[in-house]
Amino acid sequence: MAKQLPEHPAWLWRDADPKSSYDAVIIGGGGHGLATAYYLARNHGMTNIAILEKGWLAGGNMARNTTIIRSNYLWDESAAIYEHALGLWEQLPDELDYDFLFSQRGVLNLAHTLQDVRDSVRRVEANRLNGVDAEFVTPEEVAKLCPIINISPDVRYPVLGATYQPRAGIAKHDHVAWAFARACDAMGVDIIQNCEVTGFVKDGDRVTGVETTRGRINAGKVGMVAAGHSSVLAEMAGFRLPVQSHPLQALVSELYEPVHPTVVMSNHVHVYVSQAHKGELVMGAGVDSYNGYGQRGSFHVIERQMAASLELFPIFSRAHLLRTWGGIVDVCPDASPIIGETPLENLYVNCGWGTGGFKATPSSGWVMAHTMATGEPHHLNRPFGLERFTTGHLIDEHGAAGVAH
Amino acid sequence: MLHLKCPWCGLRDETEYCYGGQAHVAYPEDPAALTDEEWAEYLFFRDNPKGPFAERWVHSGGCRRWFNVVRDTRTYEVLAVYTSKQPRPSISPENGSTAVATGGPR
Repeated sequence: MAKQLPEHPAWLWRDADPKSSYDAVIIGGGGHGLATAYYLARNHGMTNIAILEKGWLAGGNMARNTTIIRSNYLWDESAAIYEHALGLWEQLPDELDYDFLFSQRGVLNLAHTLQDVRDSVRRVEANRLNGVDAEFVTPEEVAKLCPIINISPDVRYPVLGATYQPRAGIAKHDHVAWAFARACDAMGVDIIQNCEVTGFVKDGDRVTGVETTRGRINAGKVGMVAAGHSSVLAEMAGFRLPVQSHPLQALVSELYEPVHPTVVMSNHVHVYVSQAHKGELVMGAGVDSYNGYGQRGSFHVIERQMAASLELFPIFSRAHLLRTWGGIVDVCPDASPIIGETPLENLYVNCGWGTGGFKATPSSGWVMAHTMATGEPHHLNRPFGLERFTTGHLIDEHGAAGVAH
Repeated sequence: MLHLKCPWCGLRDETEYCYGGQAHVAYPEDPAALTDEEWAEYLFFRDNPKGPFAERWVHSGGCRRWFNVVRDTRTYEVLAVYTSKQPRPSISPENGSTAVATGGPR
């Protein structure tokens, strides 16, 4: 007979039951939904609000990403919103009074061809003009920043240099969610788990609430922050989104001594690698090519990202794979998010972050809260509206996204 | 890894194929007559159902011919494979709310 188990530690938030009505509800209890609720309460004084989560808090992509935070995107619109996010990340551990292990250990984006080098230099210059810390470093400097990278010229895809953003880093994603959840709860936000939205309540073209597996909930404003399932929700509401849902896989190794001091990404051999605080090597790469809602992908994708990481890090040849998993990412044609109004009144959408939403979590919530509270987009998300697909003003970030789609 | 049965070469691994997205998206009959909204639909908007989905694949590592597949995006189960000359199979969306993608701008 086992010893009596210890008491369960105190929960950081109440497991609320739904009320019949709220000033605003947010569909999706992931990082972006939590951040939206947090800033609705903190910046706009809206506390009669609820987060509706169909599963458990932060159990989707918030638990499945590779935790990389950086802001070195190419275009002005992207640099503005991602740099705003990085500024918030730098304040949040104090503001939320929660050490979620935000570690600004820098990110290297490697260049392996002459064209890579040209694109990288261009991006560094664009970053500097936008106030994002960035520099182009030589292979020797790469080796100083990350001694385990093979910079030998005698390989198939030699390292010819890299962009370096020193303020980039990683954070412990589940703790970020818990920190936001505790702060939301303290301000009176209801976090309602196991509550799946099954339809929208409409009065003409105006959304007045949602139908859920736990009954009807009326709401003054509704925000869809559902990542991979955004198309499913949009279809229920009666409009289309230009996103495709794909599996995106990642993996961790067993725990090792610290060997990897920074974050390394390579678009060309195609892998991104960091070492988490506990010691596991965390790796990811491109999406599975096909549409899928299965939270799993095909093994050859894992095999290829491990091959790419061995090309860069020969020291990993005897590392053991511990675990692989997949999430569902909602990918936009221009690899940029959609944040703003929908064809329906009082219904707002925040989706399309695709393969790189974690880094934007605080800013995504900040601008979504502004949009929902005021009915007008914040200047940071104004360029990211659904209408850009009609005007043609796309924000093409496939290069800086660093993940093949 | 998916196993797909090429109509010409038979069952092969997914690594021999490339994906082509939604099937049955026709080029606009009168492109000059389209509004900006209709162009946006044609260029950027595709069905993204959770359930049976009619999609295109090409056998890049084999005969290099295109064909269509109906696949369930929840289970990844292949429900039908057919060529562009064959009629589109009618697949009832069992226990799902999503019908087979209708294709094309709407």
